Amino acid sequence: MGGDFLSLQGFWFVVIGVLWAGYLVLEGFDFGVGMLMRLIGRNDAERKAVIGTIEPVWDGNEVWLIVAGGATFAAFPNWYATLFSGYYIVFFLILIALIFRGVAIEYRTKRDDRRWRSAWELAIVLGSAVPAFLWGLTFANIIHGVPIDSHGEFSGGLLDLFGGYAILGGLTSLTLFAFHGAVFLTLRTTGEVRLRAKKFAIRLVAPAAALVLAIFVWSATDSGGTDGKWIAAALLAGIAALLLTLSLGLVFRDRDGAAFAATALAICSSVAAFFVGLYPNVLVSSTRQGNLFGTVTTVNNLTVFSSSSSHHTLATMAIVALIFTPIVLAYQTWTYWVFRARLRGDPLPGGELLRGPNDRPTS
Amino acid sequence: MSALAATTAELSRWQFAITIIYHFLFVPITIGMGLFVAGLQTAWYRTKQERYQRLTVFFGKILIINIALGVVTGIVQEFQFGMNWATYSRYVGDIFGAPLAIEGLVAFFLESVFIGLWIFGAGRLSPRVHLATIWAVALGSILSAYFILAANSWMQHPVGYHLNKVSGRAEMTSLWAIMTQGNLLEAFAHVMSAAVVTAGALVLAVSAYHLLKKNEVELFAHTAQISLVVLLIGGISVATWGHFQGQLVSREQPMKMAAAEALFETEKPASLSLFALQPFEKYPSKNSFNVTVPHALSFLTDWRWNSKVYGINYWQREYQKEYGAGNYKPIVAVNYWSFRLMIAIGTLLVGWAALGLWLVRRRKLEQSRRFLRLSIPLLALPFLANTFGWLLREMGRQPWVVEGLLKTSDAFSRAVSVQAVAFTLAGFVLVYTLLAAIEAGLVVYVVKRGPEPPADKGEQPKRIELGY
Repeated sequence: MGGDFLSLQGFWFVVIGVLWAGYLVLEGFDFGVGMLMRLIGRNDAERKAVIGTIEPVWDGNEVWLIVAGGATFAAFPNWYATLFSGYYIVFFLILIALIFRGVAIEYRTKRDDRRWRSAWELAIVLGSAVPAFLWGLTFANIIHGVPIDSHGEFSGGLLDLFGGYAILGGLTSLTLFAFHGAVFLTLRTTGEVRLRAKKFAIRLVAPAAALVLAIFVWSATDSGGTDGKWIAAALLAGIAALLLTLSLGLVFRDRDGAAFAATALAICSSVAAFFVGLYPNVLVSSTRQGNLFGTVTTVNNLTVFSSSSSHHTLATMAIVALIFTPIVLAYQTWTYWVFRARLRGDPLPGGELLRGPNDRPTS
Repeated sequence: MSALAATTAELSRWQFAITIIYHFLFVPITIGMGLFVAGLQTAWYRTKQERYQRLTVFFGKILIINIALGVVTGIVQEFQFGMNWATYSRYVGDIFGAPLAIEGLVAFFLESVFIGLWIFGAGRLSPRVHLATIWAVALGSILSAYFILAANSWMQHPVGYHLNKVSGRAEMTSLWAIMTQGNLLEAFAHVMSAAVVTAGALVLAVSAYHLLKKNEVELFAHTAQISLVVLLIGGISVATWGHFQGQLVSREQPMKMAAAEALFETEKPASLSLFALQPFEKYPSKNSFNVTVPHALSFLTDWRWNSKVYGINYWQREYQKEYGAGNYKPIVAVNYWSFRLMIAIGTLLVGWAALGLWLVRRRKLEQSRRFLRLSIPLLALPFLANTFGWLLREMGRQPWVVEGLLKTSDAFSRAVSVQAVAFTLAGFVLVYTLLAAIEAGLVVYVVKRGPEPPADKGEQPKRIELGY
């Protein structure tokens, strides 16, 4: 257990941070598109275009979550175990939402029936909004702290997961993803739909930036820390807010690609700020204990050191990750290149929408 | 353990069992139909015959409907280890997490990214690249099964690990050993064959429906023939690998095999039980009624007529010596009947395929209405057999969650209340039932509509388009 043991844990902490960043950037806009689909798409053809922007890619985007979960399980079993069992009901709700959303995207067009479509569209809206809120809530709880006992087990109740800070975290991610999704739609659509997406992006940017700042102000007062770690985290949060403001300017000037890059980077730097602020903890405990001298300190934090796998596992998995991650990134990036054409919301011949088998009238 | 904790553990087991059985309804279709559709599209690419384009699109739709549910219910499984089995996750995460993470990175990404390309990419990719995408999907789903079985096989037969005295946890020493052990390889071959059989039965049922309706007779007579060949070869492969797996399990997990054979006392030579009943209690120690074939169990276990096969009561005594007092017997009736029903279904399906091929040879398949009519409800059988197989594999390991290392009753999450598990169990059952009804309705709808009509004369031949 030498120095490289420590750096391996650091390496895996960074890997998991990167996986979450990837997940939240990619499924972030899926969530945004899903939430806004009925507002930005006013009729069947427009909604088809709106959903069409994420249909080919959402499935691959969601795998980032699976890999983030799997990597946490493999590299930090205690983190995985305490988090998933402690936040039990929250994760259950996320699962149910993701189930309905995934099925809805695939099944929506499989019947020529207005009520069938409406029901699945509602499932897409709710199935996008609920996890968008709950992921923010989860991350807020991870860094703000929930009761953890001396065995490293969550020892609170359901209400401990719904404190003010956590709700603020949830609202932040909800708004941020809605904005991110609207900007993504300006990039991936054209015509009426794009103009409406642009209007939504402009409306959403101020609340998103304000919420990002608010949560970091609360975090700063929360920790009371002034060490290098917190300065770095604050810097990254500032960059995130700045990037959001920048993306507004880019949306105004119709620089859609650059605007989307800015919101994606804003999410990345928010996630980076989170993980920098969290290290070396992986789950903060709110359990406090006084000592003989009357000083009260927080105990039972889970750290990268107390929750990690063995050196052998971390090293082996690092090799696996270094070989396969570039391959996955290459083919997933290629997918976005294949589906780069903008979609428009009218089913005219020559439009970008492919006319498919189920579009023929039922006999 | 308190009664409340025991209830939490028990409900968590029910939840895991229900959600995994449900998930595994879709897995074999995805694997089997993925290969079948990839084969159809390859035939179209090679021959340019329109019938293969139409069949690819038609069966492709059924594949997509199933993949959707397979994917979303798969996420539940990955989360559930941490949610409901936190103690298990802490204990084995060092080993068990690795194949799970690799599955996501290597297999699930492949399947999920390329299914999007396949469904929506026909107009944007060359036919050759588009064909490659469906093969990537099939490969992804197969690799996925391999890594998940690697994790599961480690629970059946732990290898490549040592026990850390300080932390009290199992730690990995060799990923290679975990990824290449016999238990995994034989289970993988068995499960792959079962997936092929499931797809074969599905294609047969769909073809039989349209043949009965005299709809597209030429097209569906062709797929019926293909499905019968697939069913026959797949069925024989399932049985072959099942047999070798049984021999391996009788060495690696002798208690499981003894329970599957309802062999309570050690016998030399051992008789094979055909129909056994036990006294009505949870952990009986003898049969009250048993019809047997002398020597047959000895022969099946190691190819020798007079070998000794140890019984349940023997292993119970041995395990008590090794692990201390307690019950080490699985529920015999569940294992015994799961095993027998699985084998009965497999045999029936092979016989059915042989009968069908005989009809094909006599050129009477399209006219054999009774055969066709019965081929439709026959579709339920492979799903039942898949479920029985998993019941045997998982229930036969009890009371262990990791054979010899960790008991199921110790593995559950301490932080989760019994109310919470009851709530989520009810939630999953409700949602899964609803989705099963919708899914089945949708498959029937797509099947009944049948394939798209062929292109009119002079019209451009159609592409493989599934996105709309």
